Amino acid sequence: MNRKLIFEKSIKGRKGYALPECDVPAQAIEDIIPKEYIRIEEPELPEVGEVDTVRHFTLLSGLNYGVDNGLYPLGSCTMKYNPKINEDVSRLDGFTGVHPDLPDSAVQGCLELLYKMDLFLSEITGMERISLQPAAGAHGELAGLMMMKAFHQYHGEGHRNKIIVPDSAHGTNPASAAMVGYEVIEVKTDSRGNVDLSELKKMMSGGIAGIMLTNPSTLGLFEENICEITDIIHKAGGLVYYDGANLNAIMGITRPGDMGFDIVHLNLHKTFSTPHGGGGPGSGPVGVKKDLVPFLPVPLIQYKDGQYIRDYDRPLSIGRVRSYFGNFSVIVKAYAYILTMGAEGLRHASETAVLNANYLMHKLKKNYELPYDRTCMHEFVLSGRHQKDIGITVLDIAKRMMDYGIHPPTVYFPLKVKEAMMFEPTETESLETIDEAAEILMRIAAEAEENPELLKEAPHRTPVARLDEVRAVREPVLKWHAKNKEK
Amino acid sequence: MNIPKDLKYTKDHEWIRKEEDLIYVGITEYAQNSMGDVVFIELPEVGDTVVKGDAFGVVESVKAVSDIYAPLSGTVKKINEKILDYPEKVNKDPYGSWMMAIESSDLSQWDILLDAEAYEKLCEEED
Repeated sequence: MNRKLIFEKSIKGRKGYALPECDVPAQAIEDIIPKEYIRIEEPELPEVGEVDTVRHFTLLSGLNYGVDNGLYPLGSCTMKYNPKINEDVSRLDGFTGVHPDLPDSAVQGCLELLYKMDLFLSEITGMERISLQPAAGAHGELAGLMMMKAFHQYHGEGHRNKIIVPDSAHGTNPASAAMVGYEVIEVKTDSRGNVDLSELKKMMSGGIAGIMLTNPSTLGLFEENICEITDIIHKAGGLVYYDGANLNAIMGITRPGDMGFDIVHLNLHKTFSTPHGGGGPGSGPVGVKKDLVPFLPVPLIQYKDGQYIRDYDRPLSIGRVRSYFGNFSVIVKAYAYILTMGAEGLRHASETAVLNANYLMHKLKKNYELPYDRTCMHEFVLSGRHQKDIGITVLDIAKRMMDYGIHPPTVYFPLKVKEAMMFEPTETESLETIDEAAEILMRIAAEAEENPELLKEAPHRTPVARLDEVRAVREPVLKWHAKNKEK
Repeated sequence: MNIPKDLKYTKDHEWIRKEEDLIYVGITEYAQNSMGDVVFIELPEVGDTVVKGDAFGVVESVKAVSDIYAPLSGTVKKINEKILDYPEKVNKDPYGSWMMAIESSDLSQWDILLDAEAYEKLCEEED
């Protein structure tokens, strides 16, 4: 693929705009901005006509693949369809026209939405209060763990510095714990895919700050001993953290709060249908049980004497974690989703997500190894070990899927399954789409045996084939310079 | 699978070679094969002490980030600067790409390390 960057299409003096004459007195820039901030050279912006600009970006958008193009079964990412009504609602003038520095009295509608969103999400998760500030999932984790630390310190238990994380955890869990200064201890998963209870019990000591779990786990399995686990941790004086990445399996059916979790973060860009990945930004609200409410980030939205207010008077708070209200328009979209679905609808979404995953799992387990043969939740993990024996890797299978126009699943994760492929079809896919995906994957399994070269050289139908991932990591070119052009 | 007979191994897929007074440590063919293309390696500094069973460095591949563990306790005498600049060498020649050389304070642990036969069995079990 040899496509030019917009900078390379630039022709000196060409432009795609015509500005009217300035109708206010002109002022010299030196009079307004201190000299040290004024740039000496003009920026090298591309000079391109309107039609060429439109064609350039239209072409790029056509190279993209998103959930609006087709199936996107990326495990643990919940790439569900993003209803367009969310976009309409988030673009209402009342939301887009306000400034975040306006006084509370002038933004009552926005504050009311934030307050009610807190109530909705608290009800869904079984928490007391929720902060909508964190900008994404890992940010929610960090804020949650900071509260855990503040809680222990407040109770004179600041020596607690160990966090337990299962070997199937999302990579962000140990990373967030390390950022807070906790020592991470890994607990193994048993042969049924549950946390190994006997090993967990052995880890209990005075130094345990808590455990981080996702339920269902990244293996797509419901943690069968969850109440026992939360009990073990509580008895040792620790707190239990819920990574909400997989909440899409349980909405309206069970709640982290009822399982004994103390802190929960959610991913609105997964479970609550707001754009994900390049279409983001994300939003990672973090909620807590009653004992931890004083430690929530500021401001917390309160309803007092008929007015919604931003409450900053919270002396035990871990402080501010994000400017203003978090990613406000994302919260509006998720709010629209919850109102559209209603309580019954959310439960139905989870039920269908679980049904779809089980259906696809049963169709594929003849062709690919299923390491944990249990009823799965909203996602499941297959292993490409049989294919590896004949020289085909999971990467080859993933690349071949792209030839058939569907996005590959998450691959090589969770780490504890060899040649892992993690599928999450989500509830928004129709029976026909899932049947078609199953047929494609069965065909690929047959191709692996009959015509392995087809897989090893895949993809054949995409604008670019195999990228040099090693070079991309080691020698990333992050910005364009005019001098690159001459090379 | 290439598992040289003259080396010792750990269950975490490190290989160990004794040469004069130094103990050289690297990762095995099996390890590099399951990790995929290595893009980054982090090693301790000369003079650091390492403890048997503790992580002494990090190997990052396009698939995952993995710790590498010290097979014996001791003091780091040399590190292989070349593989820091060319980590792909670990994929091409895992047994030629030693990562660190230590002087061990406790050679009584040497016999506990796996021989080629035991290590091969372990790899088969993991598969």
